[in-house]
Amino acid sequence: MKHLLSTADLDAATATEILDIATEMASVSGREIKKLPTLRGRTVVNLFYEDSTRTRISFEAAAKRLSADVINFSAKGSSVEKGESLKDTAWTLQAMGADAVVIRHPASGAPHRLANWVTGSVLNAGDGTHEHPTQALLDAYTIRSRMGRIDGLHVAIVGDVLHSRVARSNVLLLNTLGAKVTLVGPPTLVPTDLNASVQVAYDLDAVLPQADVVMMLRVQKERMTDSYFPSAREYSRRYGLDGARLRRMPAHAIVMHPGPMNRGMEITPEVADSPRSTIVEQVTNGVSVRMACLYLLLGGAR
Amino acid sequence: MTVRRTPVTILIRNARVLGGEPTDLLLRDGVIAEIGAGLSAEGAEVVDGTGLVALPGLVDLHTHLREPGREDAETVYTGSRAAALGGYTAVCAMANTSPVADTAGVVEQVYRLGQEAGLVDVQPIGAVTVGLAGERLAELGAMADSAARVRVFSDDGFCVADPRLMRRALEYVKAFDGVIAQHAEEPRLTQGAQMHEGDVSARLGLTGWPAVAEESIIARDVLLAGHVGARLHVCHVSTAGSVEIIRMAKARGVRVTAEVTPHHLLLTHEKAESYDPVFKVNPPLRTDADVEALREGLRDGTIDIVATDHAPHAAEDKECEWAYARPGMLGLETALPIVLDVLGEDWPLIAERMSYAPARIAGLDGHGNALTAGAPANLTLVDPTVRWSVDPTGLASLSHNTPYAGMTVPGRIVATFLRGVPTVLDGKVQK
Ligand SMILES: [Zn+2]
Repeated sequence: MKHLLSTADLDAATATEILDIATEMASVSGREIKKLPTLRGRTVVNLFYEDSTRTRISFEAAAKRLSADVINFSAKGSSVEKGESLKDTAWTLQAMGADAVVIRHPASGAPHRLANWVTGSVLNAGDGTHEHPTQALLDAYTIRSRMGRIDGLHVAIVGDVLHSRVARSNVLLLNTLGAKVTLVGPPTLVPTDLNASVQVAYDLDAVLPQADVVMMLRVQKERMTDSYFPSAREYSRRYGLDGARLRRMPAHAIVMHPGPMNRGMEITPEVADSPRSTIVEQVTNGVSVRMACLYLLLGGAR
Repeated sequence: MTVRRTPVTILIRNARVLGGEPTDLLLRDGVIAEIGAGLSAEGAEVVDGTGLVALPGLVDLHTHLREPGREDAETVYTGSRAAALGGYTAVCAMANTSPVADTAGVVEQVYRLGQEAGLVDVQPIGAVTVGLAGERLAELGAMADSAARVRVFSDDGFCVADPRLMRRALEYVKAFDGVIAQHAEEPRLTQGAQMHEGDVSARLGLTGWPAVAEESIIARDVLLAGHVGARLHVCHVSTAGSVEIIRMAKARGVRVTAEVTPHHLLLTHEKAESYDPVFKVNPPLRTDADVEALREGLRDGTIDIVATDHAPHAAEDKECEWAYARPGMLGLETALPIVLDVLGEDWPLIAERMSYAPARIAGLDGHGNALTAGAPANLTLVDPTVRWSVDPTGLASLSHNTPYAGMTVPGRIVATFLRGVPTVLDGKVQK
């Protein structure tokens, strides 16, 4: 595997291998010295065109725990902000000897473009409304840790699917790993032709009793002004996850959220902070899963 | 460096006019002097037409030449070269230049640049509204009365979205038999749109450009044109639904004509999967079903013409992220090959759709005439047996944004004549 641009690039065996490696990495993270020499002398560039401290720090920690040299190339205040093209930036990274570029970008497909222009590996850390593969992998890892398996589970993905890169990556990966996926939200925010093998539902209360995993998506309040829904109040009444809805879920079912949350909008504090919520684990697991991805792309494991 | 303006006499031997029996054509004083077997003429330059098909010079109703304003992407001269090499003898230059061609001054400038290039007749299209802003009418009459004799008006790139303004424009140009060429796109339905709205856009996370945004404007416009008894031309029809609406309107007697581009006849939205903006175009590439409907519409005459929407763009406007790239593709040098690929060697149909009909719509009397004695000597010779591979840097256009790079296409344009003067000979432009 040269790049990680989309979870569509992963077959079940490769995805499972990443999750297995992540499990080993997690045991390293639990040790007193949290470092492996695996990527010593290799350079990983974090190229972030969007503010996302959480994701950047997670990748940075992952690379450093593998002993890689990390360069943070933030688009803010750099030559990029002054209008340098992605292609010119790619040449700069090339000259710096980047072995891997972790890219976060507001335009869908930017990592695919970048992959044409650098010789190193490109790792998609979220592109526009397209994909966020490592988020889907850490979600899969979290599901497997909590539920013991993924195959055969029913996962409901709830909210603004249309604009969600997390949803796109999860739909593809969960399918590959044998889960059944239902997309839930207002019809304005759930594309019906995203994937032939997923179900689409508009009634959250009808789906919840059948779900093993409920994955809540962040809904931006700005969608309101574009008439995707009438008001934040109405949205949370129809699609927000509160205590009452949590109790409609099977006893074993878990609640996930990729963060950052809009508490009170798509999820209530009661749910977010409940033991059924995996939100904190997701963040922790993010580092192990990203270590596994970097290891697989750069370590020459395959 | 100047095209030969001295009167030349040219004898084309053994060419097959519209694919018929081999015959000779004698071009003299700008017209086809004689046509028939075994012609001879003293001092005539002989062009061997053996195995070649003679077509009336092609006419493009939709060309972006980028001058004035973006001479780094294309100029009237380089675009004229590309046109001649594509078999064209006339092109209509779209108004979305900088400054916009919304005054007599700018259309005359473009017209004169075309005359100076001298490779094809460049017929300027005038903007419908001042600055393409869609707010008030440009001086349509002044452009019509200018040396450029503008008859086609278009805000192409933008839709004349205001229904009242569109109605007035349609009505107003009746005074000089003008026509409004509409870029049909309801702007409120395409805000931020990047590609055809469908399963591929959903998967790629690119904002969709729904078919209904085109169809709703065409439906409105054919009703308006019918209401005021005016001529409407629909640019780059791209959906099956649009074909249906135009078919209905024609059946009801509305004076509507329509064009389709070569790329909408061949390519589909799956091309966006590469995220390579060379496939980004407006309206976007659609589905297989749309392509089928467009081909059928073109064959049955619902769609009157093929127009290139030749849209050169500088490298930096295409070698970037999809969402930041400008929409548009090169078309002039590949149009005939693509149409040949799509329609097959139906030469009379190709002549109708790429020469006669566009010349009629644009009011270009000197073009789009059948190749008979006495007609203006505007013609092109094509070798249908040659298949060639499209090389972006091998094209005459200043820009390289062809969506057909590496594709093998049928039909090589061997020679083109503008009023009897060769603009292309042996596949090489004569200027
Ligand atoms: Zn247009």
